[in-house]
Amino acid sequence: MISKHHKMMSRYLLAALGGIALGAMAVPAQAFTVDIANGAEPGSLDPQKTSGVWETRITRALFERLVTYAADGSLVPGLAEHWEISDDGKQYTFHLRDAEWSDGEPITADDAVFALRRVLEPAIANQNANLYYPIVNARAINAGEKSPDTLGVEAVDAHTLRIRLTQPTAWFLQALAMTEASPLPEHVLANADDGWIKPGDTVSSGVFTLSQWQPQSRIVVTRNPHYYDADQVSVDEAVFYPIDDANAALNRFRTGEMDIAYSSVPSSRFAWARENLGDALRVGPLTAEYFYMFNLHDGQPLADRRVREALNLAVRRDVITDQILGQGQTPSFWYVPRNTANAPRGDLDFADMTMDERMARAKALMQEAGYGPDHPLRLRLNYNTLEDHKKIAVAVAAMWKPLGVEVELINSEAAVHYATIREGNFEVARYGMVATINDPFDFLNAYADNGSASQSSGYHDADYDALVAKSTRELDPQKRRQLMTRAQQRLLDGYALLPLYDYVSVHLVSPAIQGWEINPMDVHPLRYLQESEQ
Amino acid sequence: MLIYTLKRLLQAIPTLLIVITISFFLMRVAPGGPFDGERQLPPEIEANLMAAYHLDEPLPMQYLRYMGNLLQGDFGPSFKYKDFSVTELIMQGFPVSLEIGGLAILLALIVGLPLGIAAALKRNSTVDYMVMGTALTGIAVPNFVIAPIFALVFGVLLGWLPAGGWNGGALPNLVLPVVALSIQQIAYIARMMRASMIEVLGSHFIRTARAKGLNEGEVIWRHAIRPALLPVMSYLGPAIAGIITGSVVIEQIFGIPGIGRYFVQGALNRDYTLVMGTVVFYGVLIVLMNLIVDLLYSALDPQIRYDD
Amino acid sequence: MTSESKPYSGKQPDGTPLPAGGPNPPRSPDPETPGTKEGAPVGESLARDAWRRLSQNRAAMASLGLLLAIIVVCIVGPWLLPWGLAEVDWNAFGTGPTLEGAHYLGTDANGRDLLTRVLYGGRVSLSVALVASFVSLVIGVLYGAISGYLGGRVDNYMMRFVDIMYSLPFMFLVILLMVVFGRNIFLIYAAIGAVEWLDMARIVRGQTLALKRREFIEAAHALGVRDTKIVTRHLIPNAIGPVIIYVTLTVPKVILLESFLSFLGLGVQEPLTSWGVLISEGVDMMESAPWMLLVPSFFLAATLFCLNFLGDGLRDALDPRTR
Repeated sequence: MISKHHKMMSRYLLAALGGIALGAMAVPAQAFTVDIANGAEPGSLDPQKTSGVWETRITRALFERLVTYAADGSLVPGLAEHWEISDDGKQYTFHLRDAEWSDGEPITADDAVFALRRVLEPAIANQNANLYYPIVNARAINAGEKSPDTLGVEAVDAHTLRIRLTQPTAWFLQALAMTEASPLPEHVLANADDGWIKPGDTVSSGVFTLSQWQPQSRIVVTRNPHYYDADQVSVDEAVFYPIDDANAALNRFRTGEMDIAYSSVPSSRFAWARENLGDALRVGPLTAEYFYMFNLHDGQPLADRRVREALNLAVRRDVITDQILGQGQTPSFWYVPRNTANAPRGDLDFADMTMDERMARAKALMQEAGYGPDHPLRLRLNYNTLEDHKKIAVAVAAMWKPLGVEVELINSEAAVHYATIREGNFEVARYGMVATINDPFDFLNAYADNGSASQSSGYHDADYDALVAKSTRELDPQKRRQLMTRAQQRLLDGYALLPLYDYVSVHLVSPAIQGWEINPMDVHPLRYLQESEQ
Repeated sequence: MLIYTLKRLLQAIPTLLIVITISFFLMRVAPGGPFDGERQLPPEIEANLMAAYHLDEPLPMQYLRYMGNLLQGDFGPSFKYKDFSVTELIMQGFPVSLEIGGLAILLALIVGLPLGIAAALKRNSTVDYMVMGTALTGIAVPNFVIAPIFALVFGVLLGWLPAGGWNGGALPNLVLPVVALSIQQIAYIARMMRASMIEVLGSHFIRTARAKGLNEGEVIWRHAIRPALLPVMSYLGPAIAGIITGSVVIEQIFGIPGIGRYFVQGALNRDYTLVMGTVVFYGVLIVLMNLIVDLLYSALDPQIRYDD
Repeated sequence: MTSESKPYSGKQPDGTPLPAGGPNPPRSPDPETPGTKEGAPVGESLARDAWRRLSQNRAAMASLGLLLAIIVVCIVGPWLLPWGLAEVDWNAFGTGPTLEGAHYLGTDANGRDLLTRVLYGGRVSLSVALVASFVSLVIGVLYGAISGYLGGRVDNYMMRFVDIMYSLPFMFLVILLMVVFGRNIFLIYAAIGAVEWLDMARIVRGQTLALKRREFIEAAHALGVRDTKIVTRHLIPNAIGPVIIYVTLTVPKVILLESFLSFLGLGVQEPLTSWGVLISEGVDMMESAPWMLLVPSFFLAATLFCLNFLGDGLRDALDPRTR
């Protein structure tokens, strides 16, 4: 006989079990978390104070722009549903969609105006501010000569934004896809500027919000339910680990701890990775150029064009890309990386000569210039500390030896290296230029008057400047490419630099992740990632 | 002793002030600044940056500005990690370095001291050679070789332990970094203890103790160990300060969020405020550790006095 | 050469009994009255006596021999090998040890002969180790002995100076030296020496503090021996034991510190190299080209092992208490 006590107990027990069962059904299936080895600790998560890819990967997830990137890297509508560009190319009108910040406040055109004014403020000292100079008054504002509210940006109404440019600019839309142009929460920033990025508190417009930030350890972003397309997003949470040692990141990918590992295959491990990691290894061309900058100022040995040509002729770029790096880099005989959108054509004129012919011509040129075995050319070759830079420099120095060039290799840590370049205290210096926008402008502009490469290297060519400026204003892509090709050819005919190769991106992506695509800009928005069918 | 300790603590203040001043000007002499990076900046933007961080002011002015803030306890924001203040970074990273370093030292003492003593007692025996041989690997193999080997073998190939990461200080994540870090210290401590014990065991007051008829155990444990510890202590003082402020190699290879990397990266990034923060922090530790060691000297050897 | 049973049974390491004559005679004979007196022990020079004892220590002598052999090979070897320091073999990037092409121990990732580079690297590592250790030894010992002996306020100020030196950011110090002195290998010696003497000074000071109250020092005082003589002929020789051992521990530190600096662009410049640099290059290739790690590591380990046994032998030879 079951006592009354027992009956009650068993009833309670049943109720408890039922409750547990119900609770278990209410708990969602296992969350889709992506663990990412992200290379380095971000210097900031304020989208207007960052510039490195390891930073923009995160800020892009937190803040949406007017236009954004699709999984293949192309530009698609973001916070702006559609837009119009005037016929003269000087006025852009954006129509914003209905969207809200993660605290529920609506995202309005005022937030976009606020952000663009802020990015040009001298106190913010944004490093890419020059990409917004086409906007009316932008340059003067950035130099502190005018106040930010004179900027040629206005909110016609809550959902309409108008931007006026001083001249038509072919790549302007690209500049608006950068994180620097993300609309920012005016209602938050008007009160407190510093320290507005804190986990749990940050007001974001993007696919995710910031939920945890332990410096040097991990950054966790969780899905933002206020995002306008939240129901299309599979990823629940992404964790970014700032692992700066590539080997360590590779190890942790191999153990399965990391789902995605960016730039985690040192060149010395590449062949091994290709054999052992199979599909997880993702290699693709990158819009970035590796070259040696020449110092052309008067009085420099490299002011002589013949020497520059000889140095260019003697370098076997295929040895560098195939034997030393071996990751599929493309030997480069041009300046703007070939896979940049609307890249100019043309290359150095010896690409078809055999190596013997090239060496013969190179030696002849050196002799003409007055150098030979009894009168060697002493050159300094500067590079910043990295194993690959060293290997390449050693190889190039060996390739120049038969020409009677004696190279002093100078390895400096990054800060010193770039300071040396800036001060013009070099003869040959290693340089890598990465595109910030998917457009040749960034590269060509560097050698134009007042550009950083022009100042450091002493390259001044009025015709080149004119061509670059004209190409910027030209809105027809074909005509534009012709202009840029002519411009680049001037640079190459003058042998102003020594191009070595177009970069590739080398990443590791677990087969458990889908929706990650290789693209030249190397952007891989988290919102398109999905779990593979197991 | 108490007065002596207080005097030493007071002297720490001018010591640190000198360290701060020298370091401040030392850092500025180095070529390159916080904003010399791959992306070369247009001149207007560079001017903006320098102004925003007061780097365009004359150096003495910057110094006074910095000292003014410092005396109020403000180390300033990091140049590189702009969303965090130096204080925040150090306060978050130090407990991590302390845990790893502290455990490594503890392990090194627990293993190294007895090994050194045993080797000294059984001098030139097989025990001695074996101990010294093992200790030698700790010296001959640099930790930037040991650490990746550990990570590869135990983390990836065998899968017994995580290949890296801190994971909030979970025990499995502690094992490899602590052991890798301690190996070198075990070697150092064992060697120095052995040499020191040999010296002491041959000294006259040990003979006296034996002559008095004390048994071997008492001789060793009550009379030999303490003076033998002296040179080991001298070495340990600054060594502990160095280890608990983190090993750059260990932190980098195992992905440990300590402050060790700030000492190196801070310099490479020309992150002036962060470097100063670490300098002050480390300086305080050095002063403390050397004081503790000096106090221990007189505890270990009553003949040592400081009041000449 | 073993005496397993009882430690310190009054025998020297090689089994010969200690001389009779009471507990613990001081190291040097009475310095004020050199020469023999009736019944007093014959004064033998420190060096001669030490050498005699050292030469009886087989492990130490073997180590000394091997060490000298390594030094000679590093100096002479490169002249005998066909490949140059910076010579690239375009057909042999990162290949293993082989007889053809005369790459006996393989090539590095830039196609340069590894054995040649290891030997050149040995020149750098050994000379840096020698000079920096010697500098740190001399400065550290003198500074520590003086500080400990004089005691009081002088000791206090001297040790606070040491505290300050410890706290300064080392990397900036090196950068400053580079700005002032240019890219010079002697710069590395200077920078490393400037850092390593601190530990030595503290160790010697600690020893001195303990020693200066011993009876034989007080006796020397009482006899009117001058301070400098007390420090140089009584204190230092008696403190020398742990110092020698610490020098053998300093050498690997110095070699690795040099590689750390070079790695950052602050040390030796390409094409010069050192064992530390070669080892760190080799770590990267651990799984794919293990000889790049093993060859320089072997040379470094062999050198350090030799130094270790030599150091032990020297310590024994110079130990005043086991005559």
